[in-house]
Amino acid sequence: MVDQLAGAAPVRQQQNTQGPFRRFINATELDTRLLGMVGALILIWLVFNFFSQGLFLTPRNLWNLSVQTSGVAVMATGMVLVIVTRNIDLSVGSALGFVGMVMGMTQAEILPKVIGFDNNATWIITLCVGLVVGGGIGALQGIIIAFLKVPAFIVTLGGFLVWRGAAWWVAMGRTIAPMDSTFQLIGGGPAGSIGFWPSWILGVIACAGIVLSIYFGRRQRRRFNFPLRPMWAETSLAVIGCGVTLGAVAVANAYPWPARIAQRYAEANGIPVPEGGLFIPHGIAIPVLIAVGVGILMSFIAMRTRFGRYVFAMGGNPEAAELAGINTRWVTVKIFMLMGALVAISAAISTARLNAATNALGTLDELYVIAAAVIGGTSLSGGVGTIAGAMLGALVMQSLQSGMVLIGIDSPLQSIVVGIVLVFAVWLDTLYRRRAK
Amino acid sequence: MLDKKTPLVEMEDISISFGGLHAVERASIDLYRGEVVGLLGHNGAGKSTLIKILSGAYKRDAGTIRIDGQEVTINNPRDAKAQGIETIYQTLAVADNVDAAANLFLGRELTTAIGTLDDVAMEAKAREVMGRLNPNFRRFKEPVVKLSGGQRQSVAIARAILFNARILIMDEPTAALGPQETAQVGDLIKQLKAEGIGIFLISHDIHDVFDLADRLVVMKNGRVVGTAHTKDVTKDEVLGMIIMGKVPPGATPGPGALKA
Repeated sequence: MVDQLAGAAPVRQQQNTQGPFRRFINATELDTRLLGMVGALILIWLVFNFFSQGLFLTPRNLWNLSVQTSGVAVMATGMVLVIVTRNIDLSVGSALGFVGMVMGMTQAEILPKVIGFDNNATWIITLCVGLVVGGGIGALQGIIIAFLKVPAFIVTLGGFLVWRGAAWWVAMGRTIAPMDSTFQLIGGGPAGSIGFWPSWILGVIACAGIVLSIYFGRRQRRRFNFPLRPMWAETSLAVIGCGVTLGAVAVANAYPWPARIAQRYAEANGIPVPEGGLFIPHGIAIPVLIAVGVGILMSFIAMRTRFGRYVFAMGGNPEAAELAGINTRWVTVKIFMLMGALVAISAAISTARLNAATNALGTLDELYVIAAAVIGGTSLSGGVGTIAGAMLGALVMQSLQSGMVLIGIDSPLQSIVVGIVLVFAVWLDTLYRRRAK
Repeated sequence: MLDKKTPLVEMEDISISFGGLHAVERASIDLYRGEVVGLLGHNGAGKSTLIKILSGAYKRDAGTIRIDGQEVTINNPRDAKAQGIETIYQTLAVADNVDAAANLFLGRELTTAIGTLDDVAMEAKAREVMGRLNPNFRRFKEPVVKLSGGQRQSVAIARAILFNARILIMDEPTAALGPQETAQVGDLIKQLKAEGIGIFLISHDIHDVFDLADRLVVMKNGRVVGTAHTKDVTKDEVLGMIIMGKVPPGATPGPGALKA
């Protein structure tokens, strides 16, 4: 049987006629469409930077951009799985409003009566309540879709109306504020960032993770006699990965606390304020860390677990998946539960950032989340999509939006541009797929 | 003869209807170890439906299924697989967007010690099995949607034999194949038969079936017309069974036989 493994022998270095760029892509096995998106993102950034006289590519703007992206990015990771199985979830924005209100009520009105105001456990209890409610919403919708066979479009369109109405009902339209002080950290801000040294340490740990995963991947391939990537390709991957990580940390650390807050902090802690004000870097914001953590976890689920494998198998051919012995209905319910839990995390970020729960929170989010997933290469015909792509899609959407605010484009025109970009991006994607066939 | 032993599979008085239509009515068939039974009939004769009941894709309304003489419950594809029944479907039921290895192990993935997918091990095993079946197969990294009909078919067949099936159901296995690949499938069937696997072969193509099957079962309008050993009947007689429901002297008539 050994000689039949000959198929596993390294594919001969194909034509030397290929340009260096093609060779690089082939050797590193990077996804070309993902690279295309990175290119589009860089282009968008440069254009906005030019038209805003250099305001776009400042640590301050990029830091804010990262925080603004995190909420949509968290939900987009779940939307990928939903769309991959040829479903859709139109209810995420409304569900976010409802879960946000429930969490607001929990921490601002219910828990203070039970365990007192600003108790250390408040934030975690609130978060758990949110996850249970969000997961419950997802389970309910998933069961209706999977077992009662009502199309996801209709079930979640119903959910879109129901949860928005329910969000109003929770507090009869009142705005709930303020949030618990620990809970607020989830939303970012000067206190909700991890600071200078922790950011660097985390960056270095992430780099070590990148290098280790490349090393173990290589060892695994060698163990089974699979073609190895050339050493220079592995090295470039490691250098690029670490470079981007450390670059992001450097940017986050270059954005100082606002002077007034730094002043107050210095007075409170008896730190002498030097000439020209105190420079306290933000470091990476907690919501960004949450989004990155969710992204890694969801990628792991999508690529390395049975559940993830079933999601993609179902998306390609639901009937075949069922005949292969997969319990497709239960998998569908789990996907929607996961989506619900992610909505809860996103709701925590939004309410914490606003320091209030309002019943209008998350309005139109469903469209941004779906757009992020689709721009990120998730195919509406099912079976195809990546978590990283969707998160990048969220970043593209958010970059467009905050860029337009920065250069002073009127808000009606902003909607028009976002709409056109969405259609254009999907058209490009269709072309790409047709060519790839 | 093998017939003296307990049959590997017995399906007795199986009925199923969709709405008012009796797709299969009181059909009984059996299969022995190392035997190939050809199931013949027109489109809509009920042969695919009958066999989908055995593979768990449909749930029967009435009747019993026995395997090795023991009555079994088959309500879904998972139950069937647990009994060692593997099916190669006419519609090439493969998951389009995952690669060959993922398809081979779909629903029965190999996992590592911590419960994550062991893709490398699955690919290694897939390369071994595919090497035996279709040595020209190289495209392990691509989603199967990009493969040719024949390559997809070899993936579907490899999946069926990967898990030591005892009973193999092949529903039009050569429908998507060229002549050379069809011959390969024929060789494979003989090889599996020699290993003692029982095979139901469903086909329109009477020539295929005559070459490979030990026994024939002909169905018409949801009922079994008759059963015969391949050597006891001619192709013309079998055509008569398929078209008219007329049972020749060499065959045992079933409930669907034309009353003379």
